[in-house]
Amino acid sequence: MTLTEIPETAPELPVQVATPELEATNERNDRRRGFLMALPAFSFLTVFFALPLVLVVVYSFATRNRFGGTDLSGWNTDSYQELGSDLVRQVLTRSLVLAVITTVICLLLAYPFAYYMATRKIGIRNLMLVFVMIPFWTNFLVRNYAWYVILGTDGPLSQVTETVGIGPTRLLFTQAAVVLGLVYGFLPFMILPLYASIERIDGRLLEASRDLYATGAQSFRHVLLPLSLPGVVAGSILVFIPSLGAYVTPEILGGAKTTLLGSYIVTQFLTARNFPFGAALSTVLMVIMLSATIVYFRKGGRTL
Amino acid sequence: MSTNAGITQPRGLTRGLLSVNAWLVYLFFYAPIVLLIIFSFSDNRNVGVWGGFTLDWYREFGDSQPTKAALWNSIQIAVASTLISVVLGTMGALALERFKFRGKQVFDALLYLPIIIPDVTMAVMMLLFFSQIAGWLGLSKGFATITLSHIAFSISFVSVVVRARLAGSDDRLEEAALDLYATRWQAFRFVTLPLIMPGILGGALLAFTLSLDDVVITQFVAGPGWTTLPVFVFGLIRKGVTPLINSVSVVMLLASTALVAVSLIAQRARGGDVV
Repeated sequence: MTLTEIPETAPELPVQVATPELEATNERNDRRRGFLMALPAFSFLTVFFALPLVLVVVYSFATRNRFGGTDLSGWNTDSYQELGSDLVRQVLTRSLVLAVITTVICLLLAYPFAYYMATRKIGIRNLMLVFVMIPFWTNFLVRNYAWYVILGTDGPLSQVTETVGIGPTRLLFTQAAVVLGLVYGFLPFMILPLYASIERIDGRLLEASRDLYATGAQSFRHVLLPLSLPGVVAGSILVFIPSLGAYVTPEILGGAKTTLLGSYIVTQFLTARNFPFGAALSTVLMVIMLSATIVYFRKGGRTL
Repeated sequence: MSTNAGITQPRGLTRGLLSVNAWLVYLFFYAPIVLLIIFSFSDNRNVGVWGGFTLDWYREFGDSQPTKAALWNSIQIAVASTLISVVLGTMGALALERFKFRGKQVFDALLYLPIIIPDVTMAVMMLLFFSQIAGWLGLSKGFATITLSHIAFSISFVSVVVRARLAGSDDRLEEAALDLYATRWQAFRFVTLPLIMPGILGGALLAFTLSLDDVVITQFVAGPGWTTLPVFVFGLIRKGVTPLINSVSVVMLLASTALVAVSLIAQRARGGDVV
């Protein structure tokens, strides 16, 4: 730029007339500047994200050799054929079912909550929001561990149920405990986008529907729900995807019989040392995730 | 949003049910945290049983060399990855919000991916990548590989937060500065930067927290003998739970709450938005 020094005789600067040539130069400079600013992050993510991503897909077609290593020659689809085995189908089905249950429970808890929050005065609204954010910022591992303490054999929950007379609860290391942990971990991801989309709705539309003799249920079904659908979809994706790939929660709260996709993938790398198969599983998870995201953007979602 | 009439409060039974649901959600959020804090003072080897008040488990934390080493590792990695990802993420956000350039859409997509990818998949990616490349780059598995992996997911979160702030700020202010003979740098330093500062701080807090939170990716890229606090605690939980974990957990809990509190106060002082 020629404007680096600000001369005291500023009025004598040559007046730049906005000619087409000048505008073209300015635009070229702007493009270059934008590109240069994006370059560091772009290069970093290309090397440390895009390249590893491609590598996973490459590995999924490789062969596992006898020494537990991986041969990158001799491409085949063996790992993908293994996906059809009974064990894998079981793990996949269980993960999908638990992820769906988690998402539905989160939705049922979060929708009325977000709606209620949107109807409150602005000050209370912000306060409510802060108290949703605090658990969201707290360490995920710690939050799961807290449930481990509560659900334990002689833990507080068991003591309460015993005092009441229902007998001790044996929830730890069950699928129910995993769902509980996942709901606990991901509920804020459902509340926040739901609140954002409900808060934006023009309340007069709801009033208009009531004026036109809609019942509360009809007004919800035909006005509120369609208008808040982007929030529902965004929240569901934000809960569903991490639930499907969850590893920490099932490891802490689930038992041996509750292997989920996330833990299964980890086992392939850290224990079984079957890299190609683990890579194929990861690729499947990635494809599910990408499809979900594309559906979301097709539905008119703007931001996640 | 300002012209919005807002939704009026429902009345009667609906309202009562909604408010009950809200209180239950808060109870669900906070009861486990409160119970964990209570039991961290319990003088009983069984982590969920009350056995009288004690500070022993905090003393044990103070005496435990591996725990303190893991904590120190965590802090170093979180600081390094936050600093780098804040710079890269903010530049990326500025490029996307303020400029047109070739490859913009690809860059935009590439920035979104780390946010939506499950962390197990990301862990696998980094493991394969570093096992192929680490020797070749002369990287040893440990501080460098963990920090690089954390930067890889933090950049995206920082840029999303900063972009939201940039999108809400008026770019004519910057033009005005330029018209008044400010250099590009001056316009950025004295106009744009102060405007987006709450976004940058928010992004930094997010990056810092995510780095301190991560278990899976770190576990995959940390070499033998290298650990961070969450990975260390995760290992302890799987080996067999001791009350030491309670006290470490409460310390982690308080640290993250303190961080959020500080940032909320800082943002309020600057007149920024919550969150």
